[in-house]
Amino acid sequence: MNTDSKSIAFDVEKIRKDFPILSRKVNGYPLVYLDNAATSQKPQVVIDALVDYYSNYNANIHRGVHSLSQEATDAYEQAREKIRSHFNIKKSREVIFTSGTTHAINIVASGFRSILQKGDELIVSALEHHSNIVPWQMLCEETGAVLKVLPMNDEGELELVEYINLLSNKTKLVFVNHISNALGTINPIEEIIEKAHKVGAAVLIDGAQACAHIKPDLQALNADFYTCSAHKMCGPTGVGILYGKEAWLVKLPPYQGGGEMIKEVTFEKTTYAELPHKFEAGTPNIADGIAFGAAIDYLNGIGFDAIANHENQLLAYATEKLLEIEGLKIYGTSAQKTSVISFNIEGIHPYDIGTIVDKLGIAVRTGHHCAQPIMDFYKIPGTVRASFAFYNTFHEIDVLVEAIKKAKQMLT
Amino acid sequence: MKIKDIQEEIIDEFAFFDDWMQRYEHMISLGKSLPLIDQANKKEEYLIKGCQSKVWVYPEFKDGKVLFTADSDAIITKGIVALLLRVFSNQTPEDILKADTDFIDEIGLKEHLSPTRANGLVSMIKQLKMYALAYQSQLN
Repeated sequence: MNTDSKSIAFDVEKIRKDFPILSRKVNGYPLVYLDNAATSQKPQVVIDALVDYYSNYNANIHRGVHSLSQEATDAYEQAREKIRSHFNIKKSREVIFTSGTTHAINIVASGFRSILQKGDELIVSALEHHSNIVPWQMLCEETGAVLKVLPMNDEGELELVEYINLLSNKTKLVFVNHISNALGTINPIEEIIEKAHKVGAAVLIDGAQACAHIKPDLQALNADFYTCSAHKMCGPTGVGILYGKEAWLVKLPPYQGGGEMIKEVTFEKTTYAELPHKFEAGTPNIADGIAFGAAIDYLNGIGFDAIANHENQLLAYATEKLLEIEGLKIYGTSAQKTSVISFNIEGIHPYDIGTIVDKLGIAVRTGHHCAQPIMDFYKIPGTVRASFAFYNTFHEIDVLVEAIKKAKQMLT
Repeated sequence: MKIKDIQEEIIDEFAFFDDWMQRYEHMISLGKSLPLIDQANKKEEYLIKGCQSKVWVYPEFKDGKVLFTADSDAIITKGIVALLLRVFSNQTPEDILKADTDFIDEIGLKEHLSPTRANGLVSMIKQLKMYALAYQSQLN
């Protein structure tokens, strides 16, 4: 395990003090927040960034000549620059602010309407969130393109041999998540991207689940599109990014028409603004964009090596402790996974477990995690999912394990 | 027993418990006493839409009264169904239709359910009343 100097300096109790919500009680018990894969909690610096914007320099950006507008524009563009630098993206014009991953995927899906032809093929992985399935199904219905599924095995890993069989010169686009939200599997996206490029297909990587745990180098990765949502990485809700290689972003038509995205408008013809504004119609989510920048600074201040190191230890500890409970089965057992544990106890419905542990102050997710095809694969209605962040503790895992034992005793 | 009396009985029963853990334990034991639906009737058409766990309810009309049997794959849900059936099963369509469901608020059940479960509860009550309405219109 990684034991660099950063992880030695890692002080989880000190970090927890950065998050006001972590000191509250739920149903009379101290909150144990283990639903980080759904959304992360927010440190005070992110909350402060929002309050500071609205208190001190709220103004519409990119248009006014007045000072407030310039301050707001500068802060917003600085946030874009922070994001560019964080992901090692070549040009800031390749960073499109969106409302989140779903919006980002829809921009690309919509853009491909004018590119795809009948009989073209798209490949979707069996591990996808509904948001990385449905927009492509809609696109296929409209264009006559065919959706092929890259299957997974019992461990929750993608079958790369099958992938190679599916690829052909008909393949135009491949979309895979970097990390599965339902199971935590880290997918071999480097290989997936390289193989797709060999047949001339573009690749979109849904990074929503990954970016809280790892820091992708997008130039090295060489994906054509990459998406993420700020709210899963300590940032505010309602903002995220679409990264696209410049050549693709130039080629794709705009997604929405409106202000901000135009160069000139007459009733005869409108010319579109340059990147990134071409895809940013209307007044953007200024406050949340700026606070997203603050979240990135915060995470980098802790360090992604330290984050991964602590989370991997939590994952190993929780896996060991949970498996001591008789009848408990974990779904998603790849050696390559992040701190997500999806499980069921034999004979007990996941909703029942979720309901009881909630009464004990513990937040876990129950259900199909917006990934019904995965649940169908395992022939289960859903799972209980505990997902850990760097601010979780070993003690909280002990609390979870005791609560699950109690729930099991009540429910059987 | 009249619907109103059964509801009063349930309210008294729940007032007896100190905390929500005990109430859940009670609901779980109620779930185990649910008049179970015949396996053959566990069909798509008897599934209640709007519940996150599966709930089947099967109605029969005998001697002027509606009898319900049911099942669910989640045991707390089964307890909730059992409470509803205790109130609404073996009653006349007319009584079922005019019954209010204030007892649910009075025992604080709704506020202790997740929003998805609370929606499911509303769907269940609606479905029971729909069946009652169908039998009543047969009578008229």
